[in-house]
Amino acid sequence: MIRAALVAILGLAFVAPALAHPHVWVTMHSELVYDKDGSIVGINQTWAFDDMFSAFATQGLESKVKGQFTREELQPLAQTNVESLKDYDYFTYVTADGQKVALGEPEPGYWLDYTNQILTLHFTLPFKAPLKAKLMKVEIYDPTIFVDFEWAKKDPLHVVDFPHGCKADVVLPREMTYAEGKALSQIPADAQNTTMMWGARFANKILVNCP
Amino acid sequence: MRRRAATAVCILIVLAAVDAALAQPFGMAHRAAPPQFGPLMGWILEKQAEFYRMMSGTIREAKQNGSAAWTLLGISFIYGVFHAAGPGHGKAVISSYLVANNETWKRGVVLSFASAVVQSLTAIVIVGIAAVLLGATAKVMGNTVRVIEEVSYALIILIGLRLLWVKGRALLRLLGQREHEHAHVHRHDRHHHEHGHAHSHGHHHHHEDEEASAWGHAHAPEPSELAGKHWLRRGLSAVIAVGLRPCSGAIIVLVFALAQGLFWIGVASTFVMGIGTAITVAAIASIAVGARGFAGRLAKAKPGAGLIAVRGLETAAAGLIIVFGVALLTGYMMSEQIGLF
Repeated sequence: MIRAALVAILGLAFVAPALAHPHVWVTMHSELVYDKDGSIVGINQTWAFDDMFSAFATQGLESKVKGQFTREELQPLAQTNVESLKDYDYFTYVTADGQKVALGEPEPGYWLDYTNQILTLHFTLPFKAPLKAKLMKVEIYDPTIFVDFEWAKKDPLHVVDFPHGCKADVVLPREMTYAEGKALSQIPADAQNTTMMWGARFANKILVNCP
Repeated sequence: MRRRAATAVCILIVLAAVDAALAQPFGMAHRAAPPQFGPLMGWILEKQAEFYRMMSGTIREAKQNGSAAWTLLGISFIYGVFHAAGPGHGKAVISSYLVANNETWKRGVVLSFASAVVQSLTAIVIVGIAAVLLGATAKVMGNTVRVIEEVSYALIILIGLRLLWVKGRALLRLLGQREHEHAHVHRHDRHHHEHGHAHSHGHHHHHEDEEASAWGHAHAPEPSELAGKHWLRRGLSAVIAVGLRPCSGAIIVLVFALAQGLFWIGVASTFVMGIGTAITVAAIASIAVGARGFAGRLAKAKPGAGLIAVRGLETAAAGLIIVFGVALLTGYMMSEQIGLF
């Protein structure tokens, strides 16, 4: 008993060294872009930051009108954003029929806008080569959870020139069901949770099925 | 009794080893899979995110309605409590420091609070100077934080090295003495056989006395000596090393409050967050101190192996601090790059 409590509480101090704390919230809209052949060529991403982070990110930026920023005034910041996102693979991970798919660097023409004190980043992530797959999975998440991504409640996904017969679904992270919660509570405090992926709550997926 | 002592020591050592492995570069899959963590950590992260996100609304509200400021302080406090229970090196370093130095529970609490105050102050000073006075951008602040972080991590390594030097030498000396004692015991045995039964009792007794005094007059510094009057001054190095790295959350809240024209309310919130953080860190540190004390008391009942185990534990704790420092400095532990966006 004492031992279990000790392990649980001391374990707390050290668990998951690579995890950070969520400090940035992003609400996303995604757009899948297909070519005339029915191959996917890119993903248009629209990421709206939370109000606190928007205030932080725009701190000290020069603007003609106080409290408002034009696209031009925000361009240096947009550049910093996109350039530093490279180290994080743009938090976007794609697999086609189980194989990892390489994505290119964002196309020029990315931009930030600032409306109602919310900063939104717009950029297009191209595929290195046009791609056809029976099952494609696009996941957007930060493994360290410093950035918390979530789909917009309304119209999170849009598809341009969707090939006939294909179906796209947004898989939202969901609350635990009662049964899952009960199963979780039955895992002893000193045992690692290996069977239930709680982190799935943080995973955002687009699944595209094509014939 | 002995078994329980051994168990307590083992738990601490195994924990230390597991963590060292986790913190090591090779033990880490680099951005390979979605985050996975236990239900407890998931719940902690969920809760702190909930309270953090409530802050922006209350700060905005405080512009019109003064009583919202009180709500904000309440939220900040709870956020701090949950925040410190989440992933982070502060409590790990403080706990290891306390275990290595055999500090008391009260000192652990004082050091936990001191480091939280230092941490709050760093955030306020950075935002106060950079944003309020100089009007610096987020990028400049991010870079400043990065430099401060590196200094902080280097200091953690230095503290670990110094402790390892002191504790490691004490352990080695102890082991050397034990070998000496062994040799002595063997000689005694021969002696005993030569003299026959009449003197055996006396000799035996004499031997035990000698052993006790050998432990008592060990050249290795006693824990009580090390944890002597200068504990606060010595502890200050750990407090500064840990507290120097500001919390990203506090910086964002401060800048957000500044943008709303309510910098002072951000300052108050940061301090209250710090108090919440300190309570959690102090609780965890107390448990580490308690476990170490328990192991120490049981070890006293069994001089020799027990004392070596305790010194070994202290040395391991010192080593762990170095591992934390290196993992942090090389970016394998925490990666809160506030300058990301």
